Amino acid sequence: MGIIKASKLVHEYIRRDEEGNVESIQTALNKIDLEVQAGAFIAILGHNGSGKSTLAKHINALLLPGEGTLWVDGMDTAREENVYEIRRAAGMVFQNPDNQIIASVVEEDVGFGPENIGIPTDEIWTRVEASLISTGMLKYRSHSPNKLSGGQKQRVAIAGVMAMEPKCIVLDEPTAMLDPNGRQEVLKAVHELNRKKGVTIILITHYMEEVTDADYVYVMDQGEIVMQGKPREIFSKVDRLKKHRLDVPQITLLAHELREAGLSISRGILTREELEAELVQLYGSKKGNVNYTG
Amino acid sequence: MLRDITLGQYYPADSVLHKLDPRVKLMGALVYIVSLFTFRDAVGFAAATVFLICIIRISKVPFSYMVKGLKAIVVLMIITALFNLFLTPGKQVLVTYGILTITMEGVKNAVFMLVRLIYLIVGTSIMTLTTTPNQLTDGLEKALMPLSKIRVPVHSIAMIMSIALRFIPILIEETDIIMKAQMARGADFESGNLIRRVKAMVPLLVPLFVSAFRRADDLAMAMEARCYVGGRGRTKMKPLRYQKEDYQAYLILAGYLGVMIAWRVFGARIWGLKLGA
Repeated sequence: MGIIKASKLVHEYIRRDEEGNVESIQTALNKIDLEVQAGAFIAILGHNGSGKSTLAKHINALLLPGEGTLWVDGMDTAREENVYEIRRAAGMVFQNPDNQIIASVVEEDVGFGPENIGIPTDEIWTRVEASLISTGMLKYRSHSPNKLSGGQKQRVAIAGVMAMEPKCIVLDEPTAMLDPNGRQEVLKAVHELNRKKGVTIILITHYMEEVTDADYVYVMDQGEIVMQGKPREIFSKVDRLKKHRLDVPQITLLAHELREAGLSISRGILTREELEAELVQLYGSKKGNVNYTG
Repeated sequence: MLRDITLGQYYPADSVLHKLDPRVKLMGALVYIVSLFTFRDAVGFAAATVFLICIIRISKVPFSYMVKGLKAIVVLMIITALFNLFLTPGKQVLVTYGILTITMEGVKNAVFMLVRLIYLIVGTSIMTLTTTPNQLTDGLEKALMPLSKIRVPVHSIAMIMSIALRFIPILIEETDIIMKAQMARGADFESGNLIRRVKAMVPLLVPLFVSAFRRADDLAMAMEARCYVGGRGRTKMKPLRYQKEDYQAYLILAGYLGVMIAWRVFGARIWGLKLGA
């Protein structure tokens, strides 16, 4: 079994009136099946209200399944006694960097998680240092989080989760409130954790550019997984993605439009280099090309 | 304008006082306050003054910083002094004007009360000036730990305090943003009488409260996600441990309080000259 496995997972938000009668039921997750292998980099895509954040909260046992089962590291999230261990195994980074930093000094915030799980003082310090190094935030250790940029705050939050040494980190739209620079910073940090430390990453986002490097992509819409596959497979279906109100990366879109216009370009172009190679193949030499990077 | 508010007016410097355990400083402030109410004569007054001057010197905090704290209570000081001056009954009447009488005892009470208030503010502000808010909450938590035996949620209170301190700048910034947004749409926070200005604050407070609750909700979830289950089973990244200097400081404090109390009890007899009532 993979590190995360969901089987027919259902979650409903039930709105009740003052007398406790059910007013409306909104199904946020509808019979989700998925399996994530340890060490993988998974992306979950979906526009607002597709249920992707709800799924993230299930992985951390912040929400519990209405029906179906979710196993995290072999533990059933529905069982009360597992909650603590599940949260140790699966860390979570939230969208708003301000609302998840607890302490008023960077290093103390990173130490908050280890403190909670009862790590001895000396080891807390080694862990804090190691995770600040791996997110590149060591030189800010004694700063106040209020003085950091959004990307830096988010890296502190990631370091805070790292210090708990989880097997898996769920990032719930970690870049939604950041500027492009901050977004890059955070993604770089996340990819490095995945590569160097072998941490399983589940990145939830609606930015298509962020998922091109993922091992596997799930696309969600209205509480259901509507597409899944390798990024290239997903992006080759531009029309279907559009139906689920998702944009494809610009370069993929350009390749798609060229293809529609009759050029023989293969499906699922992800990077500029790939498109360039295709075009060079079609029209011969690169010489005399207009320098479009300038 | 809101950015100017500073809370926990810590003054960073490299002094013995800064390095002391926050519990010692909390205790010190308490001892000093108690000692202020033990003296009744000039000798006790002099002792308290000397002690305060020594502490100010050791702290390396400029004196002007402490005076700042006094500005806030000028009105209180004046009222206290006036009440003491006019309302203390006594035998030695100095001036009588209509219903107002000033007695010798009144003058003495007023002066002592004023001095006590000033020393109290300066003394406690030395504590806040040399201790970061975090150290202060840590110190409070550890010092009040025995109370948790009688089910006082000491850990939770300390956690609430430190989170409040962390969010004050964020909420101030947010207030600023909301204010600017409202001003851009024609809201007027600055003119009109007091009532009008207070009324103008209402559309400011509502969105601020809404967002504060939303933040609280988010933060609680983030804390839970990081395995926070309250104080039980928690270890400390920066545990408070007494050093040699802390014990020395305790000794000095005990000595000081002992002398002050002893003087109060026996001093008058030794002095032979009774100044107090």
